[in-house]
Amino acid sequence: MEKIIAVDGLKKSFGRLEVLKNVSCDFARGGVVSILGPNASGKTTLIKSILGMVIPDSGNILFKGNSILNTFDYKKHIGYMPQIGHYPDNMKIGQLFKMVMDIREQDAVDTDLLKAYQLESMYQKTMRTLSGGTLQKVSAALAFMFDPDVLILDEPSAGLDPLAAEALKEKILEEKSKGKLVLVTSHILSEADEISDQILYLFEGQIKFYKTLADLKQETGEQKLSRALTKILSTPSC
Amino acid sequence: MRSLIVKIGLLFIMPLPAWANTIIVAPGTNVATIKLAVTIARNGDTIRVKKGTYISLNTLIDKELTILGEGRPVLDARFQEEVLTITSGHVKLDGFVIKNSKTGSMRDFAGIRLSNVEFVTISNNTLINNFFGIYLSNCKHIRVVNNHVTGSNNIENSGNGIHLWKCKEILLNGNYVTRHRDGIYFEFAKKCLIENNFSEKNIRYGLHFMFSDDDTYRHNTFKNNGSGVSVMYTRRIAMLDNTFIENWGSSIYGVLLKEITDARIEGNHFIRNTTGIYMENSDRITVTHNDFISNGWAMRVLASCNKDHFTQNNYKGNSFDVTTNGTLKEIYFNDNYWDKYEGYDLNRDGTGDIPYRPISLYAQIIEQNPQSVMLMRSFIVNLIDKVERAIPSITPESVKDNKPKMKPWKR
Amino acid sequence: MLKIAKYIILDIVRSKVLLAYTLLLLAISLTIFMSDADVTKGLVSITTVILIIVPLVSIVYATTYYFNAAEFTEMLVSQPISRRAILLGKFIGISSSILLAFIIGVCIPVALFAFSLTGITLMVSGCLLTLSFISLAFLTSTITRDKAKGIGLALMLWFYFSIIFDGLVLLFLTLFADYPLEKVMIVLTALNPIDLARILILLQLDISALMGYTGALYQQFFGSGIGIVFSLLMQLVWTLVPLLFALKIFKKKDL
Repeated sequence: MEKIIAVDGLKKSFGRLEVLKNVSCDFARGGVVSILGPNASGKTTLIKSILGMVIPDSGNILFKGNSILNTFDYKKHIGYMPQIGHYPDNMKIGQLFKMVMDIREQDAVDTDLLKAYQLESMYQKTMRTLSGGTLQKVSAALAFMFDPDVLILDEPSAGLDPLAAEALKEKILEEKSKGKLVLVTSHILSEADEISDQILYLFEGQIKFYKTLADLKQETGEQKLSRALTKILSTPSC
Repeated sequence: MRSLIVKIGLLFIMPLPAWANTIIVAPGTNVATIKLAVTIARNGDTIRVKKGTYISLNTLIDKELTILGEGRPVLDARFQEEVLTITSGHVKLDGFVIKNSKTGSMRDFAGIRLSNVEFVTISNNTLINNFFGIYLSNCKHIRVVNNHVTGSNNIENSGNGIHLWKCKEILLNGNYVTRHRDGIYFEFAKKCLIENNFSEKNIRYGLHFMFSDDDTYRHNTFKNNGSGVSVMYTRRIAMLDNTFIENWGSSIYGVLLKEITDARIEGNHFIRNTTGIYMENSDRITVTHNDFISNGWAMRVLASCNKDHFTQNNYKGNSFDVTTNGTLKEIYFNDNYWDKYEGYDLNRDGTGDIPYRPISLYAQIIEQNPQSVMLMRSFIVNLIDKVERAIPSITPESVKDNKPKMKPWKR
Repeated sequence: MLKIAKYIILDIVRSKVLLAYTLLLLAISLTIFMSDADVTKGLVSITTVILIIVPLVSIVYATTYYFNAAEFTEMLVSQPISRRAILLGKFIGISSSILLAFIIGVCIPVALFAFSLTGITLMVSGCLLTLSFISLAFLTSTITRDKAKGIGLALMLWFYFSIIFDGLVLLFLTLFADYPLEKVMIVLTALNPIDLARILILLQLDISALMGYTGALYQQFFGSGIGIVFSLLMQLVWTLVPLLFALKIFKKKDL
């Protein structure tokens, strides 16, 4: 499969704390990659590096073969859903969507989630009045809105009600089937189990392993991701 | 005051002799110069001078004549001599353009010189580019009215516009003086009335006098003169309803008073001068009904002044109201309006209930350290001024207006 | 850049804080002009007030807004738009909103009640003062990571420029009273945007007094247009330089 993102020798420290220690990995089209790992293992930093929010100390990231350092055009092909969405207090939902359309100079081509979450009826509500869950729905809808090649979702189901989480999951699978790459960080292993094709496990800033879910289960002989993980992580040889 | 005007006025109503002749002077005729006309004229005759340019090298007028310019004839001395000298009384000179007197450091060459005469009227003349404009020495009962006097603006060598030396009971009315050394200069000129004159952009003083007692100055305007107005060593003058405006610069004053005693300064306007009034060794001065507006310093009263009264004046928009150089004694402020007054009037009688101290601490700091002028209106300066006004410690306790008005005086 | 500015303006104009600031300025201006017939005195009072309030509100509000919008900034960075456009867009958005408050609260009353050269100078220097303190706010916001530190630094800067600086200058002048300090004083003035705004207004209100100063350099500085041009230019420098530094930092900042 075609590589769409290539991470090569990525290093990043915040002060004395080394968050990413020489991380290299490739991501191909048409798959869901779950980035897993304990707290402070570097998951968010890796995502943010790909998005250009964190500037790496060394190493390179290629998007469709071109380095992303000091560029921003490639973000046209990325939809990002942050862990906690936070928007200007007095901005209305409709305005937010309008603004992002303005910035991307793209039209809202994919309104599935907008409809699923019934956001269109709330266009006149201001951000200040929204609950955390609704904000997450807004963020999710924004991420998928422009039919991007790559979706990066940071803890997507945190704060979403079960129905909304389910809708999101279905959306992810649908996009994957269209040949999109979906990068997801998550703490909820059952969720990762359901949607993932591959698992990237980070530990203390390094890749512990990066395997297909099927391989992982086969190697460990387990049927569930959570059990497979427990098993593989307890063997020191990895 | 009024008696003085009447007196001067009466003296000029002179019955004309019935046998008076009229002599016409015109270019290209038999009588082509004023000099010739004066030679053939007798006392009481009238000389009418037609339009044209006449060379006039110190033309002497030694007979009682009325000399009238018709169509503004020009008398030109071509920088070789004085233009006109009048040595006879009862002369009237009207309607001429008088220009280009000689300039020199040995003698005071003038456009029109009056010497030891009485009852002369100089009116409606235009003087251009003369060393001195109108020069009166040892004269009495002279009227200088509605003349327009423009000097050469030569900074090194320029005389005065209207110059009086040792004169008495002179009327200056409606004259305009500019570009001379001093606009109006008096030395030993007593009991004169100076009114409705406009003196501006002179190199040194708009008005300058010394030893000139009992003069009255009213409704004059002194504007933007190189060094403002300076008056010294004089008693019993009255300065009424004059305007002193835009006299800017260090040691430039709207009015500088030095050794002036028993003067009345009333109803004047001091507007946008660096210093409105500067007073040194001046005693028994009453300063009332004046407006001090947007001056740098409304007044600088030196410690050498005594028994001066400042009442019913308006102080508005001045950077500083009053400064001094030491301890003021017997200087009285009362019933003035100060726009910086922040007191209250609980009994609503129009007078503030706490005294106003016109000398601010910052004004005294600037007195010591002029460079701190850059900090004017800064928060820190406002703060120390407020503290000082609340608890006076450095500014003189005695200088205060016990009855500051809450609203400006309406004029 | 302008797109972002547009949406930030739409957001801020609906904020209660900005409304409160506008009303405060308006109340001050109207009270001063209504209670006193003397226009010049009114301008003097307004000057005193705006030299304190405008820098304070500008720097604190801009810093607070910057930090409150931190996640929003992250979201913007994830979009295909340069960081430069984001920061400048924010600057234009925030500064035009605060300027709008100043224009409604001060400029319009001044134009109605005291339209004069002094009035115009007051408006212009107030606007420049607003811009330079928002620019400083951007600098404090980009060099600090958390909100408390950022606002603390903003307050310290305000306190320093509005009070401490002039106090130090006064002390300095008193200690070195015997030395010619004209050049030094002009340089010192240029180091404080509030002093620059103040000098601009002084040149209108107190030119009569300023002309009384003997030094040739001051005479030239105050008497010709040099003082005005110098103050205006330095105000612009105070707007541009902190913003450029903020931009430089922001381009390399991890969000």
